[in-house]
Amino acid sequence: MADPMRIRAQAAGDKTTVRVLMSHEMETGLRKDSAGKVIPAWFIQEVTATHNGKPVLSADWGPSISKNPFMQFVVKGAKPGDKIAVTWVDNKGDKRTDEATVS
Amino acid sequence: MSKQILVGVAALALCAGVSAQKSTADGIAEYRKMLEDGNPAELFEAKGEELWKQKRGPKNASLEACNLGQGPGVVKGAFVTLPRYFADTGRVQDLEDRLVTCMATLQGFDAAEIAKTPFGRGEMANVTALATWVAGMSRGLRFNLPQSNPLERTSYEIGKRAFFYRAGSHDFSCASCHSEDGKRIRLQDLPNLTKNPGDGIGFAAWPAYRVSNGQMWSMQLRLNDCYRQQRFPYPGFASEVTIALGTYMGVNAKGAESIAPAIKR
Repeated sequence: MADPMRIRAQAAGDKTTVRVLMSHEMETGLRKDSAGKVIPAWFIQEVTATHNGKPVLSADWGPSISKNPFMQFVVKGAKPGDKIAVTWVDNKGDKRTDEATVS
Repeated sequence: MSKQILVGVAALALCAGVSAQKSTADGIAEYRKMLEDGNPAELFEAKGEELWKQKRGPKNASLEACNLGQGPGVVKGAFVTLPRYFADTGRVQDLEDRLVTCMATLQGFDAAEIAKTPFGRGEMANVTALATWVAGMSRGLRFNLPQSNPLERTSYEIGKRAFFYRAGSHDFSCASCHSEDGKRIRLQDLPNLTKNPGDGIGFAAWPAYRVSNGQMWSMQLRLNDCYRQQRFPYPGFASEVTIALGTYMGVNAKGAESIAPAIKR
């Protein structure tokens, strides 16, 4: 099971800024280990976000994204108390969903 | 995106020559500011907090009774008073050494085994996560290391001598890079560690997350790598000299605000 994400969602006016920190190795598949063997690719492929269950963001990611990636986006119309959920799926099929309340 | 901006600022500084050095530093400060918002050190803090409360090891116990110098289980404020003398072990210990002591006495782990583990692996990775969380609990507090015990004063003196000790194939010492104001290595400012280098600089910034390699670096690893750069033999984990250097830097940093865990390029 993957480690939890850290999600912060802060409302200012009608805009809510969401900051997401994900815990992931993000291996490109191009690196070799100390024995010279290729380290298999392992990265987040799909990221989605919902606002009270309604999709607001979907992104296709690849191996060029850094380890432990940070993502920030703005949701229009989200109010304090609303729920923002973020999900990622990696190329091994592992997935993780975390939720935050807008403050 | 932020990396592109940094490169842009650096290129600009090169064109404008010496007078633009200030803006290079400003550019780096700006880059750090952008990264701060999503410092992955937070992930290690969360892991460390969990490890502190979790029942683990041969004795199946948590670390919640661990005494970091402020009494059993008191975490807040401990980081800014370490390294310090501990009566139960009879020596001056830094944060990581003390955590290993607690893991041995409370949880039954083999301290010597942990000390031999490379950084970032097995229980050593857990020590780093714990240190990150403990440091984070003192964020915003000011360094104030005790110097009342004779062993603490001895530790400071050893640290001072080690700091100025020149040796190795390059005839290097810590002081070669860290005893003058305004020095840089490539684009990184080098703090002057012979005095208080200021809030959140030097000793007050580690543990820190290194963006360039995606690793969480504790003070022990920081010192280990300083010795590598000086072409010295690697010091042992939590050896007397590394703790003494911690005492020297910590006492010098008296009054500096801790921002640990920080983020580095």
